[in-house]
Amino acid sequence: MKDIPQTEPRQSWTFSNETNSEIRRAAQTGIYDIRGGGAKRRVPHFDDLLFLGASMSRYPLEGYREKCETGVTLGTRFAKKPIELKIPITIAGMSFGSLSGPAKEALGRGATMAGTSTTTGDGGMTEEERGHSEKLVYQYLPSRYGMNPDDLRRADAIEVVVGQGAKPGGGGMLLGQKITERVAGMRDLPVGIDQRSACRHPDWTGPDDLEIKILELREITGWEKPIYIKVGGARPYYDVALSVKAGADVIVLDGMQGGTAATQDVFIEHVGQPTLACIRPAVKALQDLGMHRKVQLVVSGGIRTGADVAKALALGADAVSIGTAALVALGDNDPKWEDEYRKLGTTTGAYDDWHEGRDPAGITTQDPELMARLDPVEAGRRLRNYLNVLTLECQTLARACGKSHVHNLEPEDLCALTMEAAAMAQVPLAGTDWYPGKPGF
Amino acid sequence: MAKPATDALVLDMAEMELREVNSALQGASGNETAFQLVNPRGSHAVAVGLDAPIEVTVKGSTGYYCAGMNKQATVHVEGSVGPGVAENMMSGTVVIDGDASQYAGATGHGGLLVVKGNASSRCGISMKGIDIVVHGNIGHMSAFMAQKGNLVVLGNAGDALGDSLYEARLFVRGEVKSLGADCIEKEMRPEHLEILADLLDRAGADAKPEEFKRYGSARKLYNFNIDHADEY
Repeated sequence: MKDIPQTEPRQSWTFSNETNSEIRRAAQTGIYDIRGGGAKRRVPHFDDLLFLGASMSRYPLEGYREKCETGVTLGTRFAKKPIELKIPITIAGMSFGSLSGPAKEALGRGATMAGTSTTTGDGGMTEEERGHSEKLVYQYLPSRYGMNPDDLRRADAIEVVVGQGAKPGGGGMLLGQKITERVAGMRDLPVGIDQRSACRHPDWTGPDDLEIKILELREITGWEKPIYIKVGGARPYYDVALSVKAGADVIVLDGMQGGTAATQDVFIEHVGQPTLACIRPAVKALQDLGMHRKVQLVVSGGIRTGADVAKALALGADAVSIGTAALVALGDNDPKWEDEYRKLGTTTGAYDDWHEGRDPAGITTQDPELMARLDPVEAGRRLRNYLNVLTLECQTLARACGKSHVHNLEPEDLCALTMEAAAMAQVPLAGTDWYPGKPGF
Repeated sequence: MAKPATDALVLDMAEMELREVNSALQGASGNETAFQLVNPRGSHAVAVGLDAPIEVTVKGSTGYYCAGMNKQATVHVEGSVGPGVAENMMSGTVVIDGDASQYAGATGHGGLLVVKGNASSRCGISMKGIDIVVHGNIGHMSAFMAQKGNLVVLGNAGDALGDSLYEARLFVRGEVKSLGADCIEKEMRPEHLEILADLLDRAGADAKPEEFKRYGSARKLYNFNIDHADEY
């Protein structure tokens, strides 16, 4: 028998080691896996698109000599005081409670130096972020934790959160480990309990009600503030159309790669659409209503590079928003904490138990010792640098396509590497003039 | 705008835009402390975002979010109100002579809301410190996820009262059709009778504290426990 050749042990694709480990974890604990971040599965993304660049039929701009503007104004439809940003990249909503005070401060510092806005999250507005954010968007969430009219008036814009890409149709959860006295006090709840954020707003149902809710918010704030509506990437055409109907100045559209502080893994990985698939239907809805560029579209979910920014703008967005990438710029998942990630049973790049409050980088925690590891000044500088790089990269690509403003990028500047990306982005498959679903074919 | 015999400044919504009316109320200075809104005609977002110790009387019924996010002001509606009256109120007093639609006092952080008629479903949803006294009945799912404050009901409560309740106190004189998840009847102690007596007095309610039952959270859902999965 010993001379008979043995086949290599074959692992099942269906029952992979990772899958089996989750089955064992579920069997041991009886509870679904909760984690932070966005979808980790591979989905069609901006990497599957390429810019064509200038050639005989297009005239490029000189890289270091000719201007390529990046400014964007958000909230031009109804608000008396629209937000003027120097760059088309904003910082997405992330809650105090999920993030530490110094992390919120660092986000404010970095965004302000780069000339853009930050956004609160569930749990109310902190002095750290208001004090260090020249432009601050105040989220209006189902939980209404910490909501009050004074902060509404101190905000530069109001973002009504209907959903987010990581969990369209889902609420939130901040586990008891992170509910310190300060967090609990801001949320009017006892220390140490799991705090649930509802999936629906408590006092309106549907776009007709939301229109009246927005009227109320405008009346309370003297019609000064731009009102954003944030939706998860579920049914982007109809969600955007209904948001316009409800009176939005700005629509934030968050694809499934968009992060969360804590949600069931099954939710993150199995609900919602990839960011790439959401943009064209959203833009079409605006165009069909004659509101493209009048109601601004901000796209988020998996933005990492200036190329991602440029591609989102080329597909019709007015700006993008970053969350996970901003945390990485601050120091999240940095290899210098590898030993500590190992002790937590994970490794650099894979750490996503943000809800447990044991973040070695001191960002997604309320532990005073861990929080002290993040220097908000230095972290803010890192974020500023990163935002500047994204902007420079975006300008580089726009100039190569002959554009004097990044908003002049257009779908015609793109091709797709895969059939899926071609279908989602509605740009031709590389080497062809065709994409799946193209009219006339 | 004209002065009536009562010295209240009259704001006629048949002649003024909503923005003009709310601007006048939000900008009230020390000289004008009493206002009368006539012809509200079911308008939405009437008397919202007030932040001064003024008295506003609304002569008729309003639509959604009347007195939303109120601070300090006393708003008296001589009619009924649509959904979300006194939503997210911070302080002050709002009195409704008639009935209130859904979500009355939703997410309120403080102040007193009095509904002399009935309140519909989800009264006091997610309340965070407001006191609500309803002279009549309340609808289903009232005090859902209620965090802080007191909800007093002289009549009956609908299905699933206090579902997923946190630390809010619920007092009901009549029948409760059913209790929501994690909401239980609790002992009425002397301090609760004292709170109740004060609220009944301030709300002009003709009832005795001893006639009420108290309901609160069993606190079994405060931290996830797989053995309570059926309750979620």
